Amino acid sequence: MYTISVNNQTYDVDEDGQTPLLWVLRDILKMTGTKYGCGIAQCGACTIHVDDQPMRSCTLPLEVASSYRITTIEAVEGTEVEAVRAAWVARDVPQCGFCQSGQIMSAVALLRTIPSPSDSDIDTAMSGNICRCATYNRIRAAIHDAAGTLKGAAE
Amino acid sequence: MSPSGPAEPRRRRFGIGFFFRTLGLIFVVVVILGLVYLLYPRPMLQSEPIEAPQAAAQVDHLRPVSDFDNIADLRARSVALFEEAGRVIQNPRCMNCHPRSDRPTQTDAVRAHTPWVSRGFDGGGEPTMRCSTCHQNENIEASGVPGNPLWHLAPIEMAWQGKTLGEICEQLLDPARSGMSREELLHHMAEDELVGWAWNPGGDRTPAPGTQQEFGAIIAAWLDTGGACPQ
Repeated sequence: MYTISVNNQTYDVDEDGQTPLLWVLRDILKMTGTKYGCGIAQCGACTIHVDDQPMRSCTLPLEVASSYRITTIEAVEGTEVEAVRAAWVARDVPQCGFCQSGQIMSAVALLRTIPSPSDSDIDTAMSGNICRCATYNRIRAAIHDAAGTLKGAAE
Repeated sequence: MSPSGPAEPRRRRFGIGFFFRTLGLIFVVVVILGLVYLLYPRPMLQSEPIEAPQAAAQVDHLRPVSDFDNIADLRARSVALFEEAGRVIQNPRCMNCHPRSDRPTQTDAVRAHTPWVSRGFDGGGEPTMRCSTCHQNENIEASGVPGNPLWHLAPIEMAWQGKTLGEICEQLLDPARSGMSREELLHHMAEDELVGWAWNPGGDRTPAPGTQQEFGAIIAAWLDTGGACPQ
């Protein structure tokens, strides 16, 4: 039995400690906003925040996750999240949308670390999130938009 | 025998009613067979343990230090010992973390790491894309992602890829580049936990030859015999 903290709530999960957190989130807690893309940490669709650091939940065992504060796309919040959401809607970023919750979790973490990222910063932070619809240009533009919103709000 | 009286209505043996009755019968039979198929008891899928890592019997051992005793010339013996150690040093498990650029490589083919990552200020990745985004403190069997608490790249001064074994040897012995005294070098090779991962890489990765203990003994004997380098 493991106790995990997800989105500021604690849950008791009676599963093998090596179970990837992704499956605990999706199959047991029914939080299906976090997506299963590849299962081998190659696509970034399952990105969550672990104590505010973006991590891939497909390769994070339950027994490790129980030591940290987990945040998923369902409950991530803050000024960066609002700016990213508005920019994503304004730019109509998603095409099929499957990768987008992972993209957004990485983008939010990037803006929290580097509020005004350069193209290079964006490429580095987002390199682990792939999009088969190739919405990369819109993602990059939306991150710049969100950074502009944050900068405007700070001034 | 001429017909008389009202004519009997002609009975249509294969009329539309017969067609629908047959169709209905077929439908009922299909539904019953389908239900039998769906409800037939069968064993539930059970979770199974993941296969244990490869058996120790497959270890490709390094030559024991005593094998080199018959080389009378001390320098030649030292070089031979380092060449044996080179089987480990030039193994993909070691070379992948000693890249010539800021990007690690991976797999037995020593290809570029996917996704794109860079060493960052401490060898542990860029601040927005740390190694720990994916790599945990241990190998994760479910995803195949390798891990260790100290997961990071060797410093750029210790790049091994693209160098000859002799050049790597000179580099190891140069404290300005290795950042290590000979004692620290021996510790790195013989006891460092992250180096030890090379013999327990998990997944379908080929381990480095021998064991860390065997490798440590070879390195110790190489240093004891003067630490000579191949040309």
